Amino acid sequence: MAKKDSSRRDFISWFLGGGTLATLGAIAYPAMRFINPPESGEANVSQLKLPFGRPEIQAEPSNGKTFKFGRDLGIIVLTEAGDLRAFAATCTHLDCTVQHRPDLGILWCSCHNGRYDLDGGNISGPPPRPLEKYVVNEVGDDIFIKKEEV
Amino acid sequence: MKKLIFILILFVPVLVLAGQNNCLTCHQDFEDDDGPSHIFSRDVHSQKGIGCVDCHGGDASLEDMDEVREVRGYRGVPSHREVPDFCARCHSDATYMRNHNPALATDQLDKYKTSVHGERLYRNNDKKVANCISCHSVHEMGNGKMPHSSTHPFNIPYTCGKCHSNPEYMAEYGIATDQLHNFEQSVHGKALLEKRDAGAPACNDCHSNHGAAPPGTENLAAVCGTCHALEAELFVKSPHNDAFNEKNFPMCETCHSNHLVVKPSDAMIGDKPPSVCIRCHSDNDGTKGLETAKAFRGMIDMVVAGREEAHIALREAITKGMMTTDEELRLKEVDQALIQTRTQVHSFNMEDMSPHAVLGKALTDTVKANSAGLIDEYYFRRKGLGLASLFITLMAIGLYIKIRRLP
Amino acid sequence: MSASNSGKDESLISKGYDWIDSRFKIDALVEYMSHKVVPLHSHSIFYYLGGITLFLFLIQVASGILLLMYYRPGADSAYESVRFIISEVEFGWLVRAIHSWSANLMVFGAFIHMFTVFFTKAYRAPRELTWFSGIGLLALCMTFGFSGYLLPWNELAFFATRVGTGMAGAVPVIGEQLLIVMRGGEGVTGATIGRFFGLHVAILPAAFTVLLTIHLAAVQRQGMSEPVDWVNKPESEKKYMKFFPHFIYRDALVWLIVLNILALLAVIFPDGIGVVHWPLGEKADLFGVPPAVIRPEWYFMFAFQALKMLPAHVWFLEGELFGIIAFSVGGLLWAMVPFLDRKSVKGKEPKLVMAFGVFVVIFILAMTIVGYLVE
Repeated sequence: MAKKDSSRRDFISWFLGGGTLATLGAIAYPAMRFINPPESGEANVSQLKLPFGRPEIQAEPSNGKTFKFGRDLGIIVLTEAGDLRAFAATCTHLDCTVQHRPDLGILWCSCHNGRYDLDGGNISGPPPRPLEKYVVNEVGDDIFIKKEEV
Repeated sequence: MKKLIFILILFVPVLVLAGQNNCLTCHQDFEDDDGPSHIFSRDVHSQKGIGCVDCHGGDASLEDMDEVREVRGYRGVPSHREVPDFCARCHSDATYMRNHNPALATDQLDKYKTSVHGERLYRNNDKKVANCISCHSVHEMGNGKMPHSSTHPFNIPYTCGKCHSNPEYMAEYGIATDQLHNFEQSVHGKALLEKRDAGAPACNDCHSNHGAAPPGTENLAAVCGTCHALEAELFVKSPHNDAFNEKNFPMCETCHSNHLVVKPSDAMIGDKPPSVCIRCHSDNDGTKGLETAKAFRGMIDMVVAGREEAHIALREAITKGMMTTDEELRLKEVDQALIQTRTQVHSFNMEDMSPHAVLGKALTDTVKANSAGLIDEYYFRRKGLGLASLFITLMAIGLYIKIRRLP
Repeated sequence: MSASNSGKDESLISKGYDWIDSRFKIDALVEYMSHKVVPLHSHSIFYYLGGITLFLFLIQVASGILLLMYYRPGADSAYESVRFIISEVEFGWLVRAIHSWSANLMVFGAFIHMFTVFFTKAYRAPRELTWFSGIGLLALCMTFGFSGYLLPWNELAFFATRVGTGMAGAVPVIGEQLLIVMRGGEGVTGATIGRFFGLHVAILPAAFTVLLTIHLAAVQRQGMSEPVDWVNKPESEKKYMKFFPHFIYRDALVWLIVLNILALLAVIFPDGIGVVHWPLGEKADLFGVPPAVIRPEWYFMFAFQALKMLPAHVWFLEGELFGIIAFSVGGLLWAMVPFLDRKSVKGKEPKLVMAFGVFVVIFILAMTIVGYLVE
């Protein structure tokens, strides 16, 4: 009788110990995964480091490349003079994406021939407002994009 | 000092009288409330300080109307035919205009003379044809930026429609009068009049304003291409350009109609009605026309169907409360690829179109895959919860038994 | 717990115990603990409420430390980093959900704990200090909630904080200055995040730890309060449970149940549910249009609603000022209840004090309900 009792107590202890371990594991597992840094390392704040550099922009036939900026789409272009300029890429007319036309020296929306100069100004066509211009900073081979202070 | 003030006071009534516009004093007496003298304060000229005598001549300081008519340079009321020159006295005078409204062009009269309106006025002495004031109104003229002006983009269709949609008035000219009605149904009319998009074209954007005339069939690419530049560019380079010219088909209009240009649908392409391709092409016409049309339609349908599926997958991920902003942004790129695919139809060349369609499809596949991944993640969370919950429950049960066994 | 499984373990553990005991004399502590008892009666269940709140606080500390690894205060990084946590960091959504759920449950737990203590008159001498420290802890809890609410720098938080801090402006004399100190300037800006962040992760935890230590030390030293009518009960009729292991085990069981509920809520409703919700939504826009309904968190609702319902003027005072004075006086009375109630120590029912308690509960419930019903 005494033997049976002690084996049962053993079982309960084992059961409780196993449950405790499993619970600790269930808590530790997500915590460990949380601590493990994600690919992008840190949050993209208002300053964004582009995932590409000058060579990739140059390689594009249009000398321009779009990028994701928070919830918006941006475009960075290489001007003839060799400057990098970045803008919100969504046309202010009907939300199409603008493209760089180095042949015309403009940003062009193919949907309704909306045109913006390389300062983002809406120079012709239906767009009612200029494109938002971003601040571009080059540090070594890295390109950083920032929203202009209001 | 006192003397000076006295003299000044003495002169005040004279100064006031000299500045007074005697035209209005009399004309307001005998004109109705909507007469020129009453409404002129709303006129853009009045707001710029240009008064009655600047156009009509005479002398505003005179009190007797008969005396006014005697003044040198008194022009009175111009006849219908005289109106264009009456306005052009200032509006075609570059020096004068520079001092009053430097941004305004001074070629309106020259253009008017090239318009159907101007030609008929001067050649046929047509008294019904539009002159300046028919469109601009008179004595309460505005400019294109004033919302109540007859030349504001939102009002232009009705300004033109005043005559052009009046069958009785237009009867003797033998032209259609359904333009305004058609325009109102068109994608342009809806954008302009319903969505209040001032960037959408009104009558004058295609027909010109002072030089108003129907555009020539071959020049449609230039007219429509003002906004639809890529479509026009592609079309001109396509084999259809020569074929249309040969048959004297107006290029854009043949498929899209003119005033009634509705939002194009994918059904316009393909080898079955209501495709517009089958109006000319048939199976055995010796061209690859229908074959290409069918392939185009297949491409577009592929992207559209892919986008629909991506939307459904994404919506499920959204309703499950997952973070989907990246995919929403990617769907915008899909939209862009679809626009480009549809635009490339105007090249009538499979090689130009397919890369856009393939890109669009690839993007929709990515959205679908990622959304499915998010949905999987959702279920993974539930399963993980189940497992964790089970562990906690096991531990709780163990503890409970232990408590029950305490002495 | 599984020490009895093998002799090797046992010897190791007992060796470790001996090593520590020889230096810190914990035998005395264990001896002390083993004599501790918890009264057994129909309201014994209330004894677990403080423990639940403590457990939720520990979860707050743990999940808060985790969030701290990725969170970056500042107007142009706060929102982005929270968004990063819930979208990019693995289980980031879970940690945020746990932190938010646990915060709300902790405030709720603390409130219930306080009211049960109040109505069982457990605040009476000699436990005045426990009561005072408890009131302080609740105040800190609510400040924790208020400051933490702004940190994601989203629309919801921005406008609620603007309204919330705006009320401080009605405080007489120092109102204006208080407002500026709270906000770090005239308006709610990035400077406010800095302040609230410092408050939330440094000042409040430090203050909380001090008060909590006092609170727990007092509870441990004095033991659980016995029901008022036990004063006149013969010893033979009083029942007790051993604190260790009986009460501790039960406490642990309750904690596990709470943990399970918390996990369930966090996974199924990561953004909260009903009026207790915290979707990230849009980033705060300083010049944006406020949403139609700005609501504070539920535990501020009664105060918010009461202040809103006050007329523009009460006597010669401005409505809002009157409200703040009334709340201050009410709060002070509530905190001073161990001194106001002279009867319960003698085993008698303090009718007036209890009536005041009932009034406070009804007032808070009614105002909260009204607050959610209007609009």
